[in-house]
Amino acid sequence: MNNSFRIDWLTLFIYLILVSFGIANIYSSTFDSNQPELLNFNRPMGKQVIFFGVSIAAVIFILVAPSKVFERFSSVFYLIIILLLVGLYPFGNTISGARSWYSFGGVGLQPAEFAKVAVALAISKLLSEIQIDIRQFKSLFQVALVILLPMGLILVQPDAGSAIVFTSFLFVLYREGLPGIYILLVGGLIFFFILTLLTPLPFVYVSILFVIISLFFFSKKLNKKTPFSPYILSILLSCGYVYSVDYIFNELFEQRHRDRFNIVLGKEIDTQGVGYNLNQSKIAIGSGGWDGKGYLQGTQTKGGFVPEQHTDYIFSTIGEEWGFLGSASVVILFCLLILRILSRAEKQKNTFSRVYGYGVASILFIHFLINIGMSIGLVPTIGIPLPLVSYGGSSLLGFSILIAIYLNLDANRLNEASF
Amino acid sequence: MIRIYLLRIITFSISLLFVYKLMDLQVFNTNYQRLSENNAVLEIAEYPERGFIYDRNGKLLVVNQPAYDLMIIPENVSPFDTLAFCELTGINKKRLIYNLKKARRYSKRLPSVVVNQISKETYAKLQEQMWKFEGFFIQKKSLRKYQIGHAANVLGYVSEVNNYDLKKDDYYRLGEIIGRQGIEKSYEKALRGSKGKRFLQKDRFNRILGPYKESIYDIQPEPAKDVQLTLDSDLQAYGESLMQNKRGGIVAIEPASGEVLALVNAPTYDPSILVGRERSKNYLKLANDTLAKPLFDRGLLAQYPPGSPFKTLNALIALQEEVITKETTFKCNKGHYYAKGAFMECHCRRGTKNDLTKAIYRSCNSYFSYTYRGIIEKYDNPELGVNLWKEHLKSFGLGNYLGYDLSIGRPGHIPGASYYNRAYSEGQWKAPTIISNAIGQGELLTTPIQLANFTAAIANRGYYITPHFVKNITGDSLQKKFSKKITSIDPKHFEVVIDGMHKVVEKGTARIARIKSIDVCGKTGTAENFTRINGEIVQLTDHSIFIAFAPKDDPKIAIAVFIENGYWGARWAAPIASLMIENYLTGNVKRKRLEKRMLMGSLIEEYQKPTSGKPFKINE
Repeated sequence: MNNSFRIDWLTLFIYLILVSFGIANIYSSTFDSNQPELLNFNRPMGKQVIFFGVSIAAVIFILVAPSKVFERFSSVFYLIIILLLVGLYPFGNTISGARSWYSFGGVGLQPAEFAKVAVALAISKLLSEIQIDIRQFKSLFQVALVILLPMGLILVQPDAGSAIVFTSFLFVLYREGLPGIYILLVGGLIFFFILTLLTPLPFVYVSILFVIISLFFFSKKLNKKTPFSPYILSILLSCGYVYSVDYIFNELFEQRHRDRFNIVLGKEIDTQGVGYNLNQSKIAIGSGGWDGKGYLQGTQTKGGFVPEQHTDYIFSTIGEEWGFLGSASVVILFCLLILRILSRAEKQKNTFSRVYGYGVASILFIHFLINIGMSIGLVPTIGIPLPLVSYGGSSLLGFSILIAIYLNLDANRLNEASF
Repeated sequence: MIRIYLLRIITFSISLLFVYKLMDLQVFNTNYQRLSENNAVLEIAEYPERGFIYDRNGKLLVVNQPAYDLMIIPENVSPFDTLAFCELTGINKKRLIYNLKKARRYSKRLPSVVVNQISKETYAKLQEQMWKFEGFFIQKKSLRKYQIGHAANVLGYVSEVNNYDLKKDDYYRLGEIIGRQGIEKSYEKALRGSKGKRFLQKDRFNRILGPYKESIYDIQPEPAKDVQLTLDSDLQAYGESLMQNKRGGIVAIEPASGEVLALVNAPTYDPSILVGRERSKNYLKLANDTLAKPLFDRGLLAQYPPGSPFKTLNALIALQEEVITKETTFKCNKGHYYAKGAFMECHCRRGTKNDLTKAIYRSCNSYFSYTYRGIIEKYDNPELGVNLWKEHLKSFGLGNYLGYDLSIGRPGHIPGASYYNRAYSEGQWKAPTIISNAIGQGELLTTPIQLANFTAAIANRGYYITPHFVKNITGDSLQKKFSKKITSIDPKHFEVVIDGMHKVVEKGTARIARIKSIDVCGKTGTAENFTRINGEIVQLTDHSIFIAFAPKDDPKIAIAVFIENGYWGARWAAPIASLMIENYLTGNVKRKRLEKRMLMGSLIEEYQKPTSGKPFKINE
């Protein structure tokens, strides 16, 4: 079985470009004139190069594997990951407040980064089973459990950023037939959430009443027999939700969570306190101008003004040193990568492969959205890495495996079809 | 369908939104460039040493002295022996603790001053022991040092820039030094040079990482220039000593060049007191002395009626306008009626007949009233006459700023037709109305430097050079802006007036000013003056005024002296002017008795009269 000719070269190419560009920028972000060596394996760049080597080995290993392996072992893989996540409680290391790490002689391993792959495989397997129909409540419950179990385990570490990534599977489920009402529901909940934070409560209540009552009269016109009770119920539910959002936000959230939301929503301008990261990141990106200050020339980057710049805020280095040309290119590369994977996934006849492809694209998308969005101030500060570019061994290896499995399934598309 | 394309549409839209936002941040909004520069680039100014100031003979007057500030970076400090520290630096422990706290509050990583302006001696001791005090270092800065104790009013002083300076000139940054008065102000650009700039990259703790962009933006400082004054330091010092315990001013000019040889203001102060730790305290003391006004440079700023010296100009104008000739004679009967029922007194004896020379050395009021009337009534309309007179005076530099190179001054006042039309309404005034101008009283106002300047113009027989205080600036060609100004009086008319002025000293009102072997020409003056006490206008003792130049035929010095409330001209002003001339021309003064009388003479009692609250007599 020789797949190599049918491999998705474009995706592989983008993968290699992003990782290399990432390594270059990690070098710049952590540049120390006292230790300028390129391959110092005690420095982030050296370490990332090692992780890249390991990742390439994993990619090659996955590419030559028979594609049936992934479907067959998805449950086992999922089980291992769940055990690893549970095992963090007795055995994990706490780094900056979150028990997210296993440590093997100086090398850290973050199971959450691999849980994405496991869940993508698991729901692909689940949805490809013949008796599963996501429109039915029972099936939906099973799928939801598969997603929510690792998500919950990660949320309590606590690593809210990594947990949020799992909401991206909503796109997969929608593609596979999840009724649109669920998407609307989630969208509505988010809308009311933001509205509640931005406007005074009475105003929100009044606008809910207004919207739902006018909806009622509108449908009454179309259909004289429209019952009134569902509308009453939705008014009550909406108001209850808004009240609980307000309660959760003001009573249950910690101040740092509230601050992050408030800054993006423009309610607070505090450049020296909690908004410091975002402000410095915007200064770095904004000062890059059209073509940037040049590689290793970023003053914000050299001065270390942007915290976590080689990990979550790597995009600010790119923005400062490569300017609009560089940062927009990264955005376009991600857009291209996601669209490419989606369109190739659509061509899959095999449900498992299609769902998996969707899963990969959705995970990449949510990272792309949140990471770049937060660097330029469009999304609240949520600490998740920019896939393939940010510093981090587990993240790089996790995404490499995620994409490699996609490449394998995609390369075997025709084989499957003739199967 | 929507299910297949939804995520693709969202991905595409979000990407577009990101590209748009990046465009906005990076391409359209230039604010962030500046913010990042403020953030990460430290601009350090490098100052050239301020220029030196010399007198006309090359004597060094003003130099710089190092001063040392003991600085601290709080995060680097380790426990130290505070007792030894206090003993060494002379700071008390309470103050030390306070300063340390203040520094820590300001910044843990940036330097603050702990002890400022440490003397050279302490600095030497401190340097040996600095290793004991981790986190402290010594920063050198430069202060002015005055080699002389006089000429404060000419030299001026320097101080830190204020908000107004910062707004006016964007060269300056907070904490920099600017010339405030005198030469320091007028020649600020030459004396300061031009500061250089070094750009350094800093990190988020404001620590220096190294030069910014391999120093390509750095600017080398431009060295300052030294300034040579026209002042004669010894003459200036002599003048100031003659003026002690008196109030007033002396202006001495070299007629041929317009160079100011001395500008004395009394009372004065030692320029050194405006340097160093006591600066503000001393400055306040000077500024708050509203009676003696040591900061008010009378030579340039005080405007008085010129009094009798002004008669020389009226004589010249009358000669030029052919109203009189040098033989013209007028009769004086202890004065004369210049209009019906209006009598002007004179100290000539009844029945005196004066020609021009005699009128000058006897200072005959009647003679100059007739003369002045002649000028004003030369044409049918007095407006034409008075304007003609004013034009002549303007050619002597009166009634306007002279244009010398110090930043303060007053124009004085020469009334013209429009002034009198306003004061009396048109057609309602004639020559007798304004007759006081004939003898230098009335609405006339002049400053002492204007007096000295027109004296120089007389000495030059018809021209003057704009007075100035700087002779040379190293590296600069001498500015040509102090040009020759020719008066409107024909040179041939001067000799008779000069002859009169010579006789003033030889046998006239100022015989006390005679110097053996030097032909001095002069003219005394006495100016009435008034003040307000509790809202009432009260006359005070007259000001004593004298103008002079010498030698008569090759003038080397023209001088104007006025002594506030010194009574008649020959009492104080004439002898002081004469001593100044003798000192300048011969290098030593032979008339020791006169010199001693002037040095010791005090008018303090006179000055205390108006504020004593008791009734007092004037002109005693």
